[in-house]
Amino acid sequence: MNAVVEEHLNHDHKPTGIGRWLFSTNHKDIGSMYLWFAFTMFFIGGALALIIRAELFQPGMQIVEPEFFNQLTTLHGLIMVFGVIMPAFVGLANWQLPMMIGAPDMALPRMNNWSFWLLPAAFGLLIASLIMSIMGMGSAPNFGWTFYAPLSTTYGPDSTDYFIFSVHLMGISSVMGAINVIATIMNMRAPGMNYMKMPIFVWTWFITAYLLIAVMPVLAGAVTMMLTDRHFGTSFFDAAGGGDPVMFQHIFWFFGHPEVYIMILPAFGIISQIVPTFARKPLFGYSSMVYATASIAFLSFIVWAHHMFTTGMPVAGELFFMYSTMLIAVPTGVKVFNWISTMWKGSLTFETPMLFAIAFIFLFTMGGFTGLMLCIVPADFQYHDTYFVVAHFHYVLVTGAAFSIMAAVYYWLPKWTGNMYDEKLGKLHFWLTCISANVLFFPMHFVGLAGMPRRIPDYALQFAEFNQMASIGAFVFGFSQLIFLYVVIKCVRGGKKATNEVWEGAKGLEFELPSPAPFHSYTTPPQVK
Amino acid sequence: MKTVQSNQKETNNNQAGDTGLVIRKLLLLVAFMFGFGYALVPLYDVFCDVTGLNGKTGDKISFTKAPIVDESRVVRITFLASLNESMPWSFKPKQSFIEVHPGKPETIYYIAKNTSNKSMTGQAVPSVAPGLAAAYFQKTECFCFTEQELKPGEEKLMPVTFIVDSKLPEKMNELILSYTFFTSNKTNKKLTPSQKLSLNQDHKL
Repeated sequence: MNAVVEEHLNHDHKPTGIGRWLFSTNHKDIGSMYLWFAFTMFFIGGALALIIRAELFQPGMQIVEPEFFNQLTTLHGLIMVFGVIMPAFVGLANWQLPMMIGAPDMALPRMNNWSFWLLPAAFGLLIASLIMSIMGMGSAPNFGWTFYAPLSTTYGPDSTDYFIFSVHLMGISSVMGAINVIATIMNMRAPGMNYMKMPIFVWTWFITAYLLIAVMPVLAGAVTMMLTDRHFGTSFFDAAGGGDPVMFQHIFWFFGHPEVYIMILPAFGIISQIVPTFARKPLFGYSSMVYATASIAFLSFIVWAHHMFTTGMPVAGELFFMYSTMLIAVPTGVKVFNWISTMWKGSLTFETPMLFAIAFIFLFTMGGFTGLMLCIVPADFQYHDTYFVVAHFHYVLVTGAAFSIMAAVYYWLPKWTGNMYDEKLGKLHFWLTCISANVLFFPMHFVGLAGMPRRIPDYALQFAEFNQMASIGAFVFGFSQLIFLYVVIKCVRGGKKATNEVWEGAKGLEFELPSPAPFHSYTTPPQVK
Repeated sequence: MKTVQSNQKETNNNQAGDTGLVIRKLLLLVAFMFGFGYALVPLYDVFCDVTGLNGKTGDKISFTKAPIVDESRVVRITFLASLNESMPWSFKPKQSFIEVHPGKPETIYYIAKNTSNKSMTGQAVPSVAPGLAAAYFQKTECFCFTEQELKPGEEKLMPVTFIVDSKLPEKMNELILSYTFFTSNKTNKKLTPSQKLSLNQDHKL
């Protein structure tokens, strides 16, 4: 019996073949599936973006019909937000949380499996609508990722119902993922690891999980109202029946603004793990980082109407939302200064994860500043719905969130696979990505300020040069990601063996485990002092 | 083997805490937030009623005693009419503006005509600009309180009786009252999609 028990504890015993993945309850396998799913969606969403940029390479209509262009922008936005950034962060949480808090696995492994497998179903529905559109069977969702009523209710194409159920599934998946994260962090920490000793990545995910639980149900409610408005005779957003389309925007952005922080708080956590490692100094201002994260999360609930300044709002409302939005710059500034102070007088080295982290700090801050410009009410009337907004949110989501995910993958990949990735190719990927992302998004500021509206397939002649630059940047950016794919596959298949601590002087429980990390992370809990 | 596993779990769970309890609490929070999404609907209406932020005028008001008339002030009220794009009627105010003393009841008329060849029901939705004046614009009678049914080709004179509250802030001397006519849900349900489309096209042509 003892021998059997021994074996069971050491075991890497798991179903083989497809069953290993379908029925997996292991945090590492599920984490890998989340990450591969996000990576796949990244290429699909990216392909849509490249069609958009190809159409915008020149003024006039070239490649796609305007109706199809609208479907491209909608699907690109939905896939990148719900199919790439969110699942990638959940994948990182799955891989890292148990290792970083000294647990064997997530608290709710079966639910973990379910929350992953809902995602292919959700995106199957969404992408099916696009495929049907290409086959000439009616339009895919074409109202933008914000699906404002009445575009998505009265005027929504039939495929809107696919979209609605897809969002329901994504919501259930995210909520279950969040419950799992909270239960894991509350109940599975190693002895001695109190809340203020948790790594920052764990902290940011803890807070993000609460944000998810608070706002994903509101989104589910909004799409349910859309569904009943479309088919069951209610008039939530229909003025004829006493409803109000502007109310849709309030409900949507009550979800939408916290959602923005759901996509950036884990990124803050990742950067706060990477910078100390490569600066060889502990993180500057740990507790201020925790409090800043919590304040950002709180403020995210009281700023939503800054997305709606042009809907007609009394001055008092505009001032409130303008000032509360500006207030967010304070905790965010605390974070940026803490990262810089961590690097100050450190013995820095510039491996790929650190390069991505530094690029994140620089470029995310730029995205933050354009955000501050947008929150100024009188200026927003000019900037609203222009390419300036597009530039802003791509700086925070691509060079912000997506860069942090790439940094995290490079940082932890040796721990996951046991092999070092190819540093030369990693650096090549970084430089191509970083330069092309700026060629892609920086000119959008200029065309936006000059008045080019977003979500249009054609534009006035004077915007042509900047749009061509952006399109060239887009294609370089898109194809550079194939290098990333190659580096990851190469690293999974072999390479120089990684040490346990992977990076010289890396701190944290995950770097005390062997590389590759065992199937069940900490079968006996470590003692944290 | 089972006992070993549960022991193992216990050793890892020494931050205490009952996972089941955590899940139940979080699920409760999920249900609460789903409800909160719906609660935003009445909250929004109440908020707009109290503040008059979205320019929506209130329901029918009846006065128990005659309101104070402020003869010293003149407020100009401009009337607008518009049609939702699904609405194949013609609709206009009988007079483009009037000047009133705050507190004095006034009656004005709108004219609607069903230019389609089907009997239809419409619902008018009022709006006052500037939005903050909506609270001072009190209607005692309005065709917007009920749905209006018009036979093919029928024309109807529709009254609005209102009082501009004498408490209207000094700086507001010009108000705009606008109505938008929508096809009511009743009509919409009776029509097939192709009929709706043909109505639209009639209107656009």
